[in-house]
Amino acid sequence: MSKEGVDLGRRRFLTATTTVVGGAGVVAALVPFITYMTPSARARAAGAPVEADFSKLEPGKVMTIEWRKKPVWIVYRTEQNMADLPTLNKALADPASKVPQQPAYVKGDARAIKPTYAVMIGICTHLGCSPTYRPEMGPADLGADWKGGFYCPCHGSKFDLSGRVYVGAPAPTNLVVPPHKYLSETKIMIGVDQEGATA
Amino acid sequence: MSIAKGFMGWVDARFPLTKMWNEHLAEYYAPKNFNFWYFFGSLALMMLVMQIVTGIFLTMNYKPDAELAFASVEYIMRDVEWGWLIRYLHSTGASAFFIVVYLHMFRGLMYGSFKKPRELVWIFGMLIYVALMAEAFMGYLLPWGQMSYWGAQVIISLFGTIPFGIGEPVAEWIRGDFVIADATLNRFFAFHVIAVPMILLMLVVAHIIALHEVGSNNPDGVEIKKNKDKNGIPLDGIPFHPYYSVKDIVGVVVFLILFSVVLFFTPDLWGWFLEKDNFIPANPLKTPEHIVPLWYFTPFYAILRAVPPILGSQFPGVAAMAMAIVFLFLVPWLDRSPVKSIRYRGGIYKIALTFFVISFLVLGWLGTQPAGGIYLILSQIFSIVYFAFFILMPWYTMIDKTKPVPERVTEK
Repeated sequence: MSKEGVDLGRRRFLTATTTVVGGAGVVAALVPFITYMTPSARARAAGAPVEADFSKLEPGKVMTIEWRKKPVWIVYRTEQNMADLPTLNKALADPASKVPQQPAYVKGDARAIKPTYAVMIGICTHLGCSPTYRPEMGPADLGADWKGGFYCPCHGSKFDLSGRVYVGAPAPTNLVVPPHKYLSETKIMIGVDQEGATA
Repeated sequence: MSIAKGFMGWVDARFPLTKMWNEHLAEYYAPKNFNFWYFFGSLALMMLVMQIVTGIFLTMNYKPDAELAFASVEYIMRDVEWGWLIRYLHSTGASAFFIVVYLHMFRGLMYGSFKKPRELVWIFGMLIYVALMAEAFMGYLLPWGQMSYWGAQVIISLFGTIPFGIGEPVAEWIRGDFVIADATLNRFFAFHVIAVPMILLMLVVAHIIALHEVGSNNPDGVEIKKNKDKNGIPLDGIPFHPYYSVKDIVGVVVFLILFSVVLFFTPDLWGWFLEKDNFIPANPLKTPEHIVPLWYFTPFYAILRAVPPILGSQFPGVAAMAMAIVFLFLVPWLDRSPVKSIRYRGGIYKIALTFFVISFLVLGWLGTQPAGGIYLILSQIFSIVYFAFFILMPWYTMIDKTKPVPERVTEK
């Protein structure tokens, strides 16, 4: 192409400005496409609180409630279980639950509002599998020191009956305790905080 | 005859059909000493076509909806005429595709096909491999079985481990929900049937154009373009068509015989190509007892599990898994050997490549085993072997004794 009589400065300016404006247009056009893939209004609204009645739950058993499409466990721990909890502390990564994986009103070894009933989200903090309930004492595959708890079949993470993670497990933190409040002796609402509590 | 010629002339004046035919087939000169290992490129292309064709037919009856997906696959299997065949061609075909691709990649490592001037052929090939893994992963969610669901849960959670608070939003963005849900299934369907296949096709074209630009390597690693006759045709080259197009048909026939044996007698290969748990509908509240990805991902899965969490983060394991693939991209620059083919390399490279293949296979097996105990220790040992192959490569390929490379290709 002949460059005779061409104002090169003007051409460069026009090339640069059209590139910048066009580039800005492309970036702006990406916004709706990328945001399109975030959770929709319906998905966000589906996170309403759910009620759980565990009056029929027997000691040593666990029941699963669905909340925000995640499994929430309610574990009825026996007296023996409760006595075992403090003895495990040395083997645990975060026995005092210092990492905020639970509302502030859930404290201690029991990590529960009412010590016998543990409420937690049954999703391993490692890569999202749902651990298996292993209540038996000292089974062959988990060792003689096992006092009951949860074992993740995916990557071998171990949790005690309060959802506290064992040292050496791939899971980095304890299981999450969802916000919940007691409606009666054996009924809770999952997804809302206890009255007067600041979570 | 003259009508046909006239028609071709009319087309060629408007579209370079004859030119393309000659450049890529009739006058593309490939080395005459191709052996068994050179079947896998054309077989990979055939598998791609098979997956696309069977995939198109599956979409005619598949429903990308969390409520309907599992049943629609069973409907295809039981009620749609020949549906079982189309579905098994697709699901068994996916594994066959990976077998072919892995053998194709091994061929490249063996004969130095990644070396100058074929670095971009290798890079495009690696991009195809990554796209293929994405394609397979998203495809495996679609039947909405237990393994579909929980496999996807684990893999998407990998993104959630990215530090600095960006991991969880990214995982949420990929899922389109707070857990794997209908939104995830629906978008994976879109990616699996439209986006990734288009990318794959474009990459395959780039792979072949790059290959035909520089010319094929061969088992001797000799550049045939160095010795040309007076017409500029490589002395050791033969036209791809009809010589290799016909030869490759033999490869296709043998491959299809073996493929049919699996397809008709054990389409799930005893749980290796389709896991037993995937015949149970997805249940978000219950993880299967023993969850493993499909066999073609298990080596990387074993590496992921081999790395312990550091500072309470699983990210190092995820990073190691990503590095296991990134290193493959870098092979053209890690290899400092003056010769291409393993035939003229010294013993060190042969041993290193053997160890690499062993580590890959053992890691693949370990990835299917439960986590912990002796399996964990073995995963760690073989992960180190895997990475040592790459990290030590600049050193051992430099000191390795090489044999003189012949001027012309040899034939046994």
